[in-house]
Amino acid sequence: MIEVIQNLGRWGLGHIEWLGRGNIFLFRVLGGLPSLFLRFPLVIQQLHSVGVLSLMLILIAGLFVGMVLGLQGYNTLVDFGAEESLGVMVSLSLVRELGPVVCALLFAGRAGSALTAEIGLMKSTEQLSGMEMMAVDPIRRIIAPRFLAGIISMPLLAAVFSAVGIMGGFLVGHGLLGVDDGAFWSQMQVKTDWYDDVLNGVIKSVVFGFVVSWIALFEGYDATPTSEGIGRATTRTVVHSAFAILGLDFVLTALMFGEE
Amino acid sequence: MQSKSTEITVGIFVAVGIAALFVLAMKVSNFTEFNDEEGYQVVAEFENIGGLKVRSPVTMAGVRVGRVSDISLSSETYNAKVTLTLYGKFNTIPTDTAASIYTAGLLGEQYIGLEAGAEDDYLQQDDIIDLTQPALVLEKMIGQFLFSKTEGE
Repeated sequence: MIEVIQNLGRWGLGHIEWLGRGNIFLFRVLGGLPSLFLRFPLVIQQLHSVGVLSLMLILIAGLFVGMVLGLQGYNTLVDFGAEESLGVMVSLSLVRELGPVVCALLFAGRAGSALTAEIGLMKSTEQLSGMEMMAVDPIRRIIAPRFLAGIISMPLLAAVFSAVGIMGGFLVGHGLLGVDDGAFWSQMQVKTDWYDDVLNGVIKSVVFGFVVSWIALFEGYDATPTSEGIGRATTRTVVHSAFAILGLDFVLTALMFGEE
Repeated sequence: MQSKSTEITVGIFVAVGIAALFVLAMKVSNFTEFNDEEGYQVVAEFENIGGLKVRSPVTMAGVRVGRVSDISLSSETYNAKVTLTLYGKFNTIPTDTAASIYTAGLLGEQYIGLEAGAEDDYLQQDDIIDLTQPALVLEKMIGQFLFSKTEGE
């Protein structure tokens, strides 16, 4: 009986400790950000591996998500004789929700897991402790550039995703299903608000970029330095990122579009 | 030259991202409308505004001349006080212009339609439009229709 309670206590303490480590880690990374302006090439290198290499995936995924939205939306809207609203439907669902969320999920799978594995491997091969021995702070040299690159690339990727998705919706809607292109664009422009929709979507994607980079880097930094530990850390990155993205998306949506 | 090609691809990536944002702003959203934000405000009181919202369009003969910038309840008359922002270039709207609330299509969005009067004076900042016609509330109309049907029997 006592043992069960003890186990429960250990489990709870372990999680609180883990949360505490995560937050301390975040503050150390944030503290390391200002010094990056002196070493911006490091960030550019990470922008390449985090952002540029994810671009192809985002472009293709965005195009197909937009095309599917166009098809499904048309089938529903045509019953009401409102197929001209297809543009509004595609643009609002992409700009408000799917752009930031799907892009962040893909980003966590493509870039987040790679970051975790990279950092975890650096830890297990003792490159990080090696740096500390040479009085180089690995948080500033290794972690902070990746963190900043994640935050910068997420909103850019989400914007590309939304724009390509809208093009995909237009291709299917106009090219395949014959929705009038003038109505498609003009209704979209009337109903999509720059501040309420586009800018809030950008804010969402910045928040997601922050959270995904944080989780990915922390899991790598905190990984058990064995090959099994790195594997588990990579899995945790994807799972926790997905939870965090979807949960935060609900909170942000409630804050942004809750009261109308 | 690894770093050079890295820098070039990152440059392209950032440019593509910013271009996508630009497309979203210009082509998808109503960002361009904020350019003619400057205009003048006039107030109109309506008995009932139905589903009118802030940022709903204000049109004259179907041409968009402004938008609704504020909606509040008048504490004296209990009418809806609607502030319209009319674009600066439409500065020759007569003072006895009438404002009515219409619905775009059967179930569409509601908007304010202006009908020009014959007065020689033009609407200025903070003027009040006196001639207003409230929104048609469908339920009310159905109620009246049923009432008049049963009355005849």
